[in-house]
Amino acid sequence: MEIEKITIIGGYGKDGEKEKVDRFELKMGDIISIVGPTGCGKTTLINDIELFANNNTPSRRVILINDQPIPEDFSFDPKKHPIALISQHTNFLSDLPVGEFLKIHATVRGADDIELIIAETLDFANQLTGEAIIRETAMTELSGGQTRSLLIADAVIIGNSPIILLDEIENAGINRTKALELLKNYKKIFVFVTHDPRIALLSDFRIVIKAGSMQKLISTNQEERLAAGELKKIDDVVLHFRSLIRAGEVISEVILNESIKTLKV
Amino acid sequence: MKLVIFAGPPTCGKTTVIRQVIRRMLKKDYKPSFVKIDVLYADEDENINKEFGIPTKKIYSGELCPDHCNVVVLDEVVEWAEKNGSDYLFVETAGLCLRCSPYIENSLGVVVLEATSGMNLPRKIGPMLTLADIAVITKIDLISQAEREVFRYRVLEAAKDISIVESNALYGIGIDPIVKKIEKSNEIEIPMFLRGNPPVGTCTICVGKKEIGAKNHFGVLRTMDQELFYIGE
Repeated sequence: MEIEKITIIGGYGKDGEKEKVDRFELKMGDIISIVGPTGCGKTTLINDIELFANNNTPSRRVILINDQPIPEDFSFDPKKHPIALISQHTNFLSDLPVGEFLKIHATVRGADDIELIIAETLDFANQLTGEAIIRETAMTELSGGQTRSLLIADAVIIGNSPIILLDEIENAGINRTKALELLKNYKKIFVFVTHDPRIALLSDFRIVIKAGSMQKLISTNQEERLAAGELKKIDDVVLHFRSLIRAGEVISEVILNESIKTLKV
Repeated sequence: MKLVIFAGPPTCGKTTVIRQVIRRMLKKDYKPSFVKIDVLYADEDENINKEFGIPTKKIYSGELCPDHCNVVVLDEVVEWAEKNGSDYLFVETAGLCLRCSPYIENSLGVVVLEATSGMNLPRKIGPMLTLADIAVITKIDLISQAEREVFRYRVLEAAKDISIVESNALYGIGIDPIVKKIEKSNEIEIPMFLRGNPPVGTCTICVGKKEIGAKNHFGVLRTMDQELFYIGE
């Protein structure tokens, strides 16, 4: 089945009231964010998408693919599962070496050139991490950031899933700007659950959730995009300081002020 | 009456799946009974009785493997459930040695597997998986998409005609398809027979006696109410 778009039809919030956003569509190439305070039900929304909810989850939302609901007993061919979810709990459990594991997954997915696809996956992942992932490392020995990077790279390249759901990737200490930049090269639907203003403002639109209920759909306008550019500069200073500290440098107010000055120029 | 047997390694989430199934069955006005067969300790029967007010029972297999115990007592258990006026009997068993399977002809066999148990599990558990009708994969939110796909692939590799249901049973996700399959299952027929060919061994079941009920076996046997007795030389 070729996925062109998915539709999310609103259900009911925790208070039993109908959701204010009663329907929205995601088309291939869309990047959207789900925002709202902790515990408001952001993850529940991506779980609903992931399971193709059909009025059978607590939120009573309905997810359509190409305008059709997914029949309950429909079973995806594991080679073609259209959704990859990278949750906050998602982890690798296998203690196989990274290279071996990617090989198994690529084989299950029916890849043509397995070596090539493994190299591409590792290259993608290593652009997001601080320390490069080595093929011989056991999956379970990867750091949090390396794990998250590899999860994303694997879902995008080997899994080649048309829909990718990412739950709070900013917590993992990976390079977010690089991640968004790389992801934009792939024509997929990306749904970010995020507290990160930059990720939210770089999305095409965002859904605001409160008390389990979709309250608003905000399309990112030109003004917001400009603000996102300014925000990026501030963020870059923070990131610059992060790398200084990581590299063992000593920080001073002078260095900070200088960084801010260069930022304004 | 219809019989559904749930098997799966310990702590895989069998009871959580069953509770969600019972909740939905009661909404549809069915009258299920529930039996838990375990080795040393079980309180699922009490919890389910407290939560749903349906007839429940536990049977300790003690020195026997729970699947073996299931074969020996299941005819009495079916009679008990019929006396309760039940239209469905759910049996939960913790099959441990992985060489047998507890499923009966004309019943629905459900194997519950946790996604977190590793990609090799489907290759390790033999007839508990290969002879089941449905594989419910639980705790799907905890592992990578990649391992989940490999897991699914390997389940199908071991049992190519099995229906797979991926479930996050804590949130009641993925339960409806299981209920539908339960409703579509066959009525049990007496006498009951084991579905699989048990492995070669020394016990009556291992040497191929598939008939259900203690009267068809010898050695150390038991009644549903845990009275041990011996038939043989």
